[in-house]
Order: sequence, then C-alpha cells, then structure tokens
Amino acid sequence: MSGERPGPDVRVPRPSVARAPEAPPAGEPPPAPTNRNDDRFDVRLRARARFGTVFAVLCFLATLIGVLVLAALLVDIFRDGFHRLTPAFLNGMPSRFVERAGIKPALVGSAWVMVLTAIVSFPLGVGTAIWLEEYAPNNRFTRIVQTNIANLAGVPSIVYGILGLTLFVRGFALGRSILAAAFTLSLLILPVVIIASQEAIKAVPNSIRLGAYALGATRWEAIRYQVFPLALPGIMTGTILALSRAIGEAAPVIMVGALGFISFVPTRPLDGFTVIPFQIFSWVSRPQVAFQELAAAASIVLLALLLTMNAAAIWLRNRYTRKF
Amino acid sequence: MSAIHVPAGPIELESRALSVYYGGTPAVRDVSIQIPDRKVVAFIGPSGCGKSTLLRCFNRMNDLVPGARVTGEAIFQGQNLYGTGVDPVDVRRRIGMVFQKPNPFPKSIYDNVAFGPRINGYRDDLDQLVEHSLRQAALWDEVKDRLDDSALALSGGQQQRLCIARALAVAPEVLLMDEPASALDPIATQKIEELIYELKQNYTVVIVTHNMQQAARVSDLTAFLYLGSVVEYGPTQTLFTNPREERTEAYITGRFG
Amino acid sequence: MTHRHFQDELDALKARLVAMAGLAEEAVRSAVTALLERNEAMAKSVVSRDNAIDDLEIQIEETCVSLLALQQPMARDLRLITAAMKISGDLERVGDHAVNIAEAVHWLIESPLFPVLPEIEEMVRLSTAMLRDALDAFIRGDTALAREILKRDDRVDELHENTFRILLTHMMEDPRKISAGMDLLLVSGNLERIADLATNICEEGIYLVEGRVVKHHAEERAQPAPTG
Repeated sequence: MSGERPGPDVRVPRPSVARAPEAPPAGEPPPAPTNRNDDRFDVRLRARARFGTVFAVLCFLATLIGVLVLAALLVDIFRDGFHRLTPAFLNGMPSRFVERAGIKPALVGSAWVMVLTAIVSFPLGVGTAIWLEEYAPNNRFTRIVQTNIANLAGVPSIVYGILGLTLFVRGFALGRSILAAAFTLSLLILPVVIIASQEAIKAVPNSIRLGAYALGATRWEAIRYQVFPLALPGIMTGTILALSRAIGEAAPVIMVGALGFISFVPTRPLDGFTVIPFQIFSWVSRPQVAFQELAAAASIVLLALLLTMNAAAIWLRNRYTRKF
Repeated sequence: MSAIHVPAGPIELESRALSVYYGGTPAVRDVSIQIPDRKVVAFIGPSGCGKSTLLRCFNRMNDLVPGARVTGEAIFQGQNLYGTGVDPVDVRRRIGMVFQKPNPFPKSIYDNVAFGPRINGYRDDLDQLVEHSLRQAALWDEVKDRLDDSALALSGGQQQRLCIARALAVAPEVLLMDEPASALDPIATQKIEELIYELKQNYTVVIVTHNMQQAARVSDLTAFLYLGSVVEYGPTQTLFTNPREERTEAYITGRFG
Repeated sequence: MTHRHFQDELDALKARLVAMAGLAEEAVRSAVTALLERNEAMAKSVVSRDNAIDDLEIQIEETCVSLLALQQPMARDLRLITAAMKISGDLERVGDHAVNIAEAVHWLIESPLFPVLPEIEEMVRLSTAMLRDALDAFIRGDTALAREILKRDDRVDELHENTFRILLTHMMEDPRKISAGMDLLLVSGNLERIADLATNICEEGIYLVEGRVVKHHAEERAQPAPTG
C-alpha cells in the first residue's frame, strides 16, 4: 500500500474493509460513499431500472388490450340482446316469429348434456389420473399413454364429433340423442380433466404419502384418505373448467345430431335435443336483425351459465380448502 | 477384536449381510448389526454414507423408492422382513418412522393422531388413545384444548412431536427416526432429545443423525457408517472417548467429513 | 442423556467428590491422631484405607472424561467438571500425604521419645481446619471463605520454616535424634503440602463460581483486567 500500482495482469483484490474516506475540505458536505475498488462492474442501475419499467408497461398494455376487447364484446352483446331477455324468451319454444321465440329446449338440452357429461367424464378422468400418478409403473406403456393423452387434448372438436357419430350414434345405436352428445363431449374434455387431475395429484407433497405409508396404510388408503382430499379442489376446478368449455361446443354436438329446429323439450337421455350454441348458430344464420338480437340474448344466457358454473367451481374449491 | 460390537441381551432388530442398490450403485454394503431391545442406537456418518438408506430397510420404506434393490436379511424378532409372505404394510405398523421434516397431515391434531389407529381397525376408546399418544410425545399439555385445530398451525417442534405421537398411536415396537431434530431450533431439539430418552423405556429407538453431539447425548450404542459400510459399532461412551478405528476417530474429531 | 439427566449425572459427580473429600479428611485426621497419640493400629488403618481414595479418583476421572465427551458441557457445567477432575487429584494426594504421616508414626514409635513440637501441633490444627473449610467452601460455593483460607497458608508456611530450624538445631545438638528429627521434618512437610492442596481446592472453587483464575497469586500479580 505504499503507492505502487499493480501491473495490468494482476488482479486487484478487494479489501475486506473499506478504507475510511479522506476528510472533505471544511464546510462541504461529505461525499456519498462509493465502493471505489469495484471498477470491474458496469452497474448502470438507472438504465436497468428504466428497462424494467418499460417492460412492466408493455405487460400492462397487453392486459389492457385483452380486457378492453372482452369489455367491448360484452357491451356489444348486452346492447343487442338485453331487451330480448324476457321470461317468455327463457320459457318459450323456438319459432319463426321473433316475438314468440324462446330457448327453453336449448336450455334444457344444454343442462341435460352438461350433467351427463359431468357424470361420465369425472370418474373416468379422475380414475385415469389416479392410475397414472399413483399406480402405474414407470415403463414404456405408461409413457405412451401419457403422451397420447396430451395429444388428444389438441385434437379438433369436430373430429370428436365424427367419432361420436360413428361410435355412439351408430355403433352403440344411441341415435341422435342427449346421451350420444354427452359421451362425445366427455371424450372431448377427458384429456383436459385427466391432465388437470394429474397436476392436482402431483401437487400433493410426497411427504404426506410417506407419512401415511409409515403408519401402515395400504396404497389405496393413502390415496383415499390423504392424497385425494388434498387434490380434490384442484381436480374439481379442472373438471368444471373443462365442462365450461364443453358447454360452448357447437361442432361436435351438431355432428352428433342436435336438431336445428326443435319443437319439444327433451325429457329422457335418449331424446332428441339441441343446445344453446347451436341455437345461437341457427338464429345468427337468419338475415333478420331481430334474430341477431335473439342470438345475442341467447349468448347472454350462455355467458350467465358459464359464470354460474365457474362460481360453483370456486365455491366448491373454497369449501374444501377452507378446512386447512 | 472386531469393531462391530455384539450387544448383550435380547435383540430386537438385526441386519444380516444387508445391501441396498439404487440402480447399479450400492448405497449400503453388506451390513450386519444387531439392535438390542429398548435401547437407543444412533447411526452417524458423513452425508451420503447410507445411514438413512439403512434405516429405511427396517420398515421396508425402500420398497417405495423406484429402482431400489435390497439383498440380505433384516430380521425383526426372529422373522426376516424381506421373506416371502411378509406384508410391508404390517411391517410399517409395527416399526414406525419419524421423518426429518415434520410432515403432519393437513387435518386436525386429533385426526392426525387418530388416522393410524383408524385404518388399522382400532376397536377401543379412540379419545383415550389419542390422549395417551400425545402424552407420550410430551405434547398433550400444549394441545389438549385445541385438538380440533389444524396441525399446520403448530410450531415446527410441536409438529414433530405430533408426528411422534402419530407414530406411537399404532403401538409400534420399534421407532425409526431419520434426523428428527435437524429441521428444528435448539430448544425444540432439546425437547425431542429428552423425549427420546423417555421413549426408550418402552420402545426400541434407532436414530439417524448427522449431529454427532446429539448421538453422544442421546444414544446407548452408536454405529459409524462410511460409504455404505459400518466402520465401527459399539457403546456410545467407548466410541466417543476411545474409538477402535482410525476412521472413526478422524470423523469424530472433525478431521474429515 | 439429556438436560435433566445430565443434571443428575452432575449431582452424582458432586456426591462422589464429597464422599472422596470425606475419606481424605478422615485419613488426615486419623493420621495426625495416630501421630500425636503414637497409635500404630490407627496408623495402619490409614494406610489400608487409601485404596478407597485412589479408586474414587479413578472413577471420578473416568466420569469426567465421559461427561466431557458425551455432553459437551458449557460454562459453569464445564468448570464444575474440570474442577472436579483437579480436586479429585488434589484429594488423592492429600490421602497420600496422610499415608506418609501414618507411616512416619511407626518410625517415631521406635525412636527415642521425641516430643511432638507445639509448632507441629499447631500445623496439624491449621492444616486440618484448612482442608475441612476448603471442602466446605467448595461445596457451598462460598468464595469469601475460600479467599480467607488462602490467607491462612502463609502461617502454615511460616510454621513449617520454624519447625525446620528447630529440628535442625535439635539434630545438630544430638546426632541420635537425627532419625526421629527427619521423620518429624517429613511430617511437617506433609502437613504443609496438605495445607497447599487445601488452597488449590479453594482456588478451584473460586474459578468454578466466578470463572476467575486466582492460582499462583494471579490476582495479586494481574493488572486490572476485564473479567472473562
């Protein structure tokens, strides 16, 4: 430290204690402390902070765009259709005459299809997920199954429609019925239910399973009493979100035989039927403005149904997670 | 003189030429030691020496590790735990385990302790069993007024004692503890150590610890493991004041590991 | 072993130390009584009972090493254990000095009657008192008493010097008294050593309570220093 400077190829070691700054000339405030030996870093704090702000603003703009578009959509629908939402509309049958047209069969049809789809897809999907996550050995077969489930999630819904037509309508001889539609839609959403359930089961910490096994629980007991209750909120959320997608599907339902014009309300699983998206499609295809408004009204009903289902998902999830 | 002590008195647990392979790599090599009834035996050694793997052999938890292969015998009260016809579920009820990180179920305190007895078909008064187990784990006084509260609301030390109570509720004969205090603060650690000292009146305890001083304080016999083998096994007092093996001495004095 | 049981072990250690102290004190008392009364039988019993003192020293040492290894004691517990090791060593030597005194009785009986000097009698009184009080102070943690005992050692040293001069004079006057004189000189030396060992015990006691090292007159020699 006697004034000799190290050569250019010598690394200057950082002192462990900062030297005390020299006393400033009397009367001036002391200089801000700096780490004078850190020439190796080009810190550029302000530039980096600015970049961070820019990025945050861009993300906000992206959000804003999405929100504004959604809002525009909602405003448009409500403006067009809100005045058509009458009890007569909800309770009425479709008709050539706008004043008398209603969506009762579509509403009932959608409800039927949803319930049956839920009943079919939930056990199948959750069972598959439990098998894959808890029981299946890690071999080639399992990996093939897993990959194909992921692939199936991406198959276009109309392909499921064709499958449903061949397999359920004709093969199982269910005809153009609610049941056929429910089975078809179950197949459609099954990959999503399986994957969501798998994620929920994976999220259960392994320490819980080990704790259960260490107490002398069988594998089934560990799943039933510890893993499954913990995974259930996630499973339910995933299932209901999958159902929300199904309720809005028109293509596969059309393939399976939803009726373009329906004059009765379905009462049995093997009855003919229609669903709200198809009804919307029918009305939108008509030239008259009034029918566009009816379509908009039906869209509002559909959105309301979706909201209800999502609210139910959240409520159910909270009810089961509230405990711990 | 062999560095592997043969204890006097009834032997509760024993391993004979026990080896464990993960894939092709041996984690435990040809270990033969005897664990006497109602004593505390500690396994010490540097990280990766196989002490936890050896511990898990005694309640067949290695079965749950994919790719693990066990050869040799683990004898419990004269019966080979890896023999044909032995149900690991039954083994795990009779040989309990407490893990390094407390893992209470996300249920109430009562349900945590009651879970084991319930699935094992306990027919007597469950409330009494829960209370007795919590008392044995020195936790009763702290939780008796809030048995329905979530177990996750307890402190780390309390959670670990809850896990001990839970393990005791199924009336095991042996308690395996895998570094039970390593995730806890010193006061909680001391409570667990005192608990172990009490427990050995009724249970055989095998404890894995990376903290030598804990092994010295708590155990009657200590086994020093290195690279999957038992280097030395004997009374704790002897092992810590005058070990037979060079490697033991080097480890204990902190010169390696 | 854990906290509660460690405490039990410490109490057991203390009890053993107290027992050893009792034996040592008894040995000294018997030895000097045998000396003053020329009682050979009593002297012999002192010699034979020394084994018990030696055994206790070994036991205490082994216990202390074990406690140090297994319990990692700190602070006061640590000082107690190291003090116990040292004091047991001191007590064992007290026992040996008592044996020496007892053995001298035999030779004194055989030699012509040689009065026991009053100086020696006073040394006996002082040394036995110092030993008894030192052990008392250690057990009760009475550092004031311990410090007071340290001061008494000067008088014992003085008496020993006087005894030496008187005996030397006697021996120079009458060579037939050399044998007995030497024996008495050794007795005086042993008594002086017993007094020194008593001061050691006091110093250990002060260290235990205060954490302050006072041996070798450290307190008088030291500059005012921060306490550790």
